[in-house]
Amino acid sequence: MKFPYSFPLTRAFSLYMGQASLLAWEAFTSILAGRIRWRLVLRQVVEIGFGSQAVVIVTGIFTGAVFTAQIFFQFNALNMSTAVGPVVSVALFRELGPVLTGLMVAGRVGAAMSAEIGTMKVTEQIDALRALAVNPIDYLVVPRAVAMMISMPLLVGECIFFALSASYFVATRILNVNSVFFLHHMESYTHGKDMVMALTKGFVFAVIVAIVGCQQGLSTRNGAVGVGRSTTDAVVISSLTILMVNFFLTMALNIVFPAGQARY
Amino acid sequence: MNPSEGNLIEVRGLRQTFGGQEILRGVDLDIPRGKTLVLLGQSGGGKSVFLRHLIGLLKPIAGSIRVEGEEIAGLDERELEPVRRKIGMLFQDGALFDSMTVFENVSFPLRERGLRDEKEICRKVREALELVALSGQESKMPANLSGGMRKRAALARVIISEPSCILYDEPTAGLDPIVSDTINRLIRRLQSHLHVTSIVVTHDMISTNHIADRVALLRSGRIHFEGSLGELHGSPDPVIRDFIEGRSHEID
Repeated sequence: MKFPYSFPLTRAFSLYMGQASLLAWEAFTSILAGRIRWRLVLRQVVEIGFGSQAVVIVTGIFTGAVFTAQIFFQFNALNMSTAVGPVVSVALFRELGPVLTGLMVAGRVGAAMSAEIGTMKVTEQIDALRALAVNPIDYLVVPRAVAMMISMPLLVGECIFFALSASYFVATRILNVNSVFFLHHMESYTHGKDMVMALTKGFVFAVIVAIVGCQQGLSTRNGAVGVGRSTTDAVVISSLTILMVNFFLTMALNIVFPAGQARY
Repeated sequence: MNPSEGNLIEVRGLRQTFGGQEILRGVDLDIPRGKTLVLLGQSGGGKSVFLRHLIGLLKPIAGSIRVEGEEIAGLDERELEPVRRKIGMLFQDGALFDSMTVFENVSFPLRERGLRDEKEICRKVREALELVALSGQESKMPANLSGGMRKRAALARVIISEPSCILYDEPTAGLDPIVSDTINRLIRRLQSHLHVTSIVVTHDMISTNHIADRVALLRSGRIHFEGSLGELHGSPDPVIRDFIEGRSHEID
């Protein structure tokens, strides 16, 4: 029994996973029991979803643009410039769209969640909530988690839309790829299942960012220094978790939605 | 007769440790219904820790806490909610929600308990703010209030839901004598008019003399003394005398 726990890192990791799983479970049971405060959810949707649009759109535009340019430079040498469209599109739907949106939202929203809840923790506002017979999971975690689950798939869709628009613009207007071929190939190689994969990943990343952000906030200690540390940890942990979970999600989702061939 | 009839809260053998250090080493204390009990003790002696156990904000490692005969030491967060509706707590720095105005803070417990009638909410908030002499401050944010005002606004948030017992964590710490006196009078008024049971953690002897029906002294994690105000002042115990007279025995 002593072996795995004799390493401080293993112990810290097990402890963290335990706390995060417990929080996720409590939030999940609260949602199932219908303890959702829709006014707070709406406020968080505005904060998280509406407020993250600029970041996500800029990320989408420049990722789509630069990815298109790089693929074009490689493919043009092989006389395959019209294949740029499908490569960019499938990569954006299956990987880049959800991952980059997840990382940007983790940086913006995960940090804000952790800082806000962490400040409430060190100034006894969480205890005040509990003393007023209000469950902090219901009041703070559930609205944020539900708002993230609603907002994130939409943000992923928005990111991909702007990335593809930028890709089209760069390929056809700057790099002189034939627009008809570009669109035709893009459409024939991009399937509904790629979109489902993007939205599924967005949903999973939403849960990760919300749970990690809230967990870091709720476990904050030691005043202002502790809030700073929690905020940094929230971003680092949720970003790394997104990258790691993304690999396993890709492998699992590829069984359900295998990367496909052209329709025509 | 039910032995617990006269006591709202009964604590037996309460123990708590933090980081290997034993803060409470078996506290036994009865809190009589409708009275004001002042818990004295040195700073860092575990008074606030003890108070937090009475509302389930901390879980003891051993011991029993009975509120109106119901054991609360083993209850989880959701099971504690009915107990917390009966007992209010004033935190040391007020712990107002800093993203809300004074009005939103004070009306928060009413809304959380399902009151939707805006007129009724406004009336109750106005009454609670009048009681703590904070009328006209409804739209201010907590950051724009002084320490004393924050504490009084927090007290309004506690009393608006009419609890049968209020726990005060250092209610007069850091306040000027005039504001301290306002708070003391308010505690007294709540007890005499509404028969609210009060447990006040403090090391302020002026406040103690003003409000206490019963006094307990926490020392080395145990109740060293428990009795009336008269018994406290009449006690020959050197520990109590040092505390009342503020002597440290340190060599200059």
